[in-house]
Amino acid sequence: MTSTVLTLLEIFARLSLLAFGGGNAVLPEMQRQVVEVHGWMTAHEFAQLYALAQAAPGPNMLVSTLIGWHVAGLGGALAATLGLTLPSCALTMAVASAWHRFRDAPWRRAVQAGLMPVTVGLIGAGALLLCQTTTTGWRAAALTAAATVLFAATKLHPLLILAAAAALGASGLLGG
Amino acid sequence: MQEAATAAPGLMELFMGFLTVGLLGFGGVLPWARRMIVEQRRWMTAAEFTDLLALCQFLPGPNVINVSAALGLRFQGIAGAVACFVGLMAAPMAVVIALGAVFARYAEVPEVRRTFAGLAAGASALVLATAIKIAAPLRGRIDGILVALATLAAVAWLRLPMLPVLLVIGPVAIALAWALRIGQSDAARRR
Repeated sequence: MTSTVLTLLEIFARLSLLAFGGGNAVLPEMQRQVVEVHGWMTAHEFAQLYALAQAAPGPNMLVSTLIGWHVAGLGGALAATLGLTLPSCALTMAVASAWHRFRDAPWRRAVQAGLMPVTVGLIGAGALLLCQTTTTGWRAAALTAAATVLFAATKLHPLLILAAAAALGASGLLGG
Repeated sequence: MQEAATAAPGLMELFMGFLTVGLLGFGGVLPWARRMIVEQRRWMTAAEFTDLLALCQFLPGPNVINVSAALGLRFQGIAGAVACFVGLMAAPMAVVIALGAVFARYAEVPEVRRTFAGLAAGASALVLATAIKIAAPLRGRIDGILVALATLAAVAWLRLPMLPVLLVIGPVAIALAWALRIGQSDAARRR
């Protein structure tokens, strides 16, 4: 039990410092760790927890709270959430006062511009891995495609789109 | 130009400010954080906020959480950072754990399962749309598109661990950006 909490802390702390481009960039690695490496849940359960976290208010990285909760209860929830947030916060606070000195440095721009497409690939990979389990048939695929267009191309409130998707699911549209 | 307020916000103010942001934001808290910090409470000017956000986007980690910690630190030291962090995270964590507990209990009920199938399809779409949106600046940049596709293939298809992927692709991507001076020619390309 305690060792599981510590393992969660260690995994999420490492993810925190790898999350170039924000929390969603580590979604594929998070899934690999909790599903494949540690076998704490199935890919399907992972996608469900991610979806549940989007239905709650707050930063979208609350999926870490749910994963920790699912694996080891309250201690796990705290370990995963603090693991994912504290290392990067500490780094940010340590670097903040020196930021103006390297903000306009050419290397800083090259690092950020270079890593940007890596972040695109990582978030794209996260999306594909989620789709793999949530696309249960052509109707689910159509729902995901339609919602993607609405998220990307309209100013509709994201919660509204999620609620509509949930309502369509509840109506039996996706079968099951 | 709008001025930032002169008095530094206290611990309670920092906590309350981020508490509202945490409870308002769905599918991304950043726009709400900006509104609270710059427009409503005027803790920072728009330029100061953009600068802080640039730092947090440069460094790893969930952006809005890094913003909250750095902002708290600036006004009230470590205690301020803790106040902002707890304000932002505590209530949403409680809500999400409650949702999780309810879901775990009723997951087998067919109606709940069907609702969740829809919600999960929508959540996948949210991540897909995020990827598409941030990929927009890659248009016409063959090098960037190749880097993005190589990362995608390594992580989603080959299922390689992230650290070695970053250690191999990261330096190559940065060297490419350096050689092509992408960061510096940003403004020029937009014209």
